[in-house]
Amino acid sequence: MKLPEIDLCLIAPEIIVAAFGFFVLLVDVFFSKRENKAYLGWISLVGIFFAGALAVTQAGSVKSGFEGMFISDGYALFFRITFLIIAFLTVLISMGYTQREGIAFGEYYALILFATLGMMLMAAGTHLVIIFLGLETMSISIYILAGMMREDKRSVEAALKYFLLGAFATGFLLYGIALIYGATGSLYLKDVASYIASKNLLRNPMLLMSLVFLTIGFGFKIASVPFHMWTPDVYEGAPTSITAFMATGVKAAGFSALVRVFFSALPGFRPDWTSIMWLIAVATMTVGNIVAISQSNIKRMLAYSSIAHAGYILVAFVAGNDLGVSGILFYLMAYAFMNIGAFTCVILLGKKGEENTLIRDYAGIGFKYPLLSAAMTIFLLSMAGIPPLGGFMAKFYVFSAAVKEKFYWLAILGVLNSAVSVYYYLRVTVLMYFREPEREITGLQFSPAAVAALVLAVIGTLYMGIFPSNVLSFAQKSIAGLM
Amino acid sequence: MLIEYLAILIYIAIAIGFALFAVVASHLLGQRKRTALKEAPYECGMTTVGSSFRRIPIKYYIIAMLFLLFDIEVVFLYPWAVVFKQMKSFAFISMAVFIGILLIAYIYIWKKGALEWE
Amino acid sequence: MAENIGTLFQWLIFLGVAFISILASLLLVTRKNPIHSALFLVLNFLCVAVLYILLYSQFIAIIQVVVYAGAIVMLIVFVIMLLDLEVELRSGLKFSYTKLIGGFLALFFFLGIFYAVVAKSPTGKIGSSYTSENITNNVKAVGEVLFTQYLFPFEIVSILLVVAMVGAVILSKKRA
Repeated sequence: MKLPEIDLCLIAPEIIVAAFGFFVLLVDVFFSKRENKAYLGWISLVGIFFAGALAVTQAGSVKSGFEGMFISDGYALFFRITFLIIAFLTVLISMGYTQREGIAFGEYYALILFATLGMMLMAAGTHLVIIFLGLETMSISIYILAGMMREDKRSVEAALKYFLLGAFATGFLLYGIALIYGATGSLYLKDVASYIASKNLLRNPMLLMSLVFLTIGFGFKIASVPFHMWTPDVYEGAPTSITAFMATGVKAAGFSALVRVFFSALPGFRPDWTSIMWLIAVATMTVGNIVAISQSNIKRMLAYSSIAHAGYILVAFVAGNDLGVSGILFYLMAYAFMNIGAFTCVILLGKKGEENTLIRDYAGIGFKYPLLSAAMTIFLLSMAGIPPLGGFMAKFYVFSAAVKEKFYWLAILGVLNSAVSVYYYLRVTVLMYFREPEREITGLQFSPAAVAALVLAVIGTLYMGIFPSNVLSFAQKSIAGLM
Repeated sequence: MLIEYLAILIYIAIAIGFALFAVVASHLLGQRKRTALKEAPYECGMTTVGSSFRRIPIKYYIIAMLFLLFDIEVVFLYPWAVVFKQMKSFAFISMAVFIGILLIAYIYIWKKGALEWE
Repeated sequence: MAENIGTLFQWLIFLGVAFISILASLLLVTRKNPIHSALFLVLNFLCVAVLYILLYSQFIAIIQVVVYAGAIVMLIVFVIMLLDLEVELRSGLKFSYTKLIGGFLALFFFLGIFYAVVAKSPTGKIGSSYTSENITNNVKAVGEVLFTQYLFPFEIVSILLVVAMVGAVILSKKRA
């Protein structure tokens, strides 16, 4: 019997993340007397940093291992770094917040690490079982994190809703995977593609059905219309730091697997999925933006805006050319900075027992907390797509990719949507600077770690807007060999 | 082949047959005196008061969940035991990693006091 | 001759078990008392286990009995007992448009899958599954694949189990 080769260097970043997860878990129970759990956050940060450093050392090489199930290529590298940045920022903003909201548990950080591990597996898996297990590891961790605030009914509702719908979506995904296996006899992405090409299975009903199921399964994870129903309630109810993690990390992970599976396993079905995704992209952008206008809670507004952003990214997915796919990568990275930044501001504006998540709470804080408001303004303008911020460049790449592939209507609808979105992003800014406060918000405590995250997010957003070519060329190098 | 399961099938048939036989035989052969008390569902103890649906504490849930998860772990031991002779140390190490990771969870559960019935 | 009888016998067992399992699942979804539903679920799982054996997949049959009919149903029963059932029992089944739409969607997906699977014979490569060695020793075949080719996913499963345990503890354990 042939024994498999095991190359642990290949998964070194994943091992580090998992090992630190276990370490945090154990340290927590052995030193459970300590009230302040922030030190566990610092341990996690060390782990994330270390994993990122290891990932960077693998840059430039393409190596496949574990019987061809796992690949460490540019694409995996880009997403590993994106996920690690997201996890890093999330841990930073969590340390003060969890203490304040009474959910300072060691498990919190361990679960963030495990969720990150799942995301990394999703991006680097070249076998559908790995992608599925990564998705489950990520999702289950997030279900738990969303329900951490057990005493808060909204948090429990968020966790339950997310769990039930997420489990349902997982079922769809699994069914799709099973049908692919039935039609091709393999779960390796490359084998699936070559088998479909060699046997000419492009009109095979089983594969077409599996395409529908995969679209539904991933559609849930990236919060695209019509699979977005859970998003506002879950984003509103979950702890704000976890909302930031979900809106950026889960979305990025969902897209990483979606792009990898569709482009490397099912490239022959491109005409089929293009028309489906065209509709989904337009619906996602439009519904997200229009409903966001009428929201009065900032977390719900950001939830709908996150739906809209999934729509913009899908525009690039429909375009499907080099610029489009590298645009997806760029967009997800830029979105990570600006969205986590915005949620950090939401966190910092609250205090114990007084979350201040209504949009009218933002009235008049502009001069009271000038730096916080300036940062929030940067993030909101970036999301609206105002130059010279990261969000603008991301949208620019996405829409020009669509134009390049002659999807003019899609690009026009995208730009129109983007114009609509300016309204509700600017509304918050206007409230902050040009309105009298309805009531005084005093006694805010700015946790230094969260402020550090805010600074990092501002730097990231500005950097990606002013020097976009560095990140874009990295993204373009990353997708080599994917398609 | 499936013929190996014939023994199990015969065994099931005999078990059901014996149970049926015992019930039917005692029904036919035994003497019976019907009284209201004897027809009651319980021969002894108290008659139930109120609804029999009662909410149980969530403590049961943790135990059940942990049992389920360790049960899944045990299921993997079964094919492992079958191929162990063939793969020797390789199989040992791969299972040691698996169990080792779950051991961490076990320590966590233990120290957390989730196995205690407060 | 003997083989023909064997095939006939298998066929009869299949028909019986398949019929019982369908009956059990119908009863499962129509009973009002959820405990009864859980018991029919056990019956259904056991029947499906027999179907797996008829397909020469002993390992899945064992999982079906040990994990599904054993542990998962136990968990379901506990969860049923955690809930306040009397409210549920009183409310009963009600018609609603979401249920109607859901029913149509379910029908649509069922027909889609049915058509996809039945219209054309499966196109996948036939794997290494049906050799006489594998049939008699399905567990060994599973073990050989699980601990070589699928070793990496196997180890990931352990992390997944850890996450689930942490979740069970953190969400339901009394907090200090």
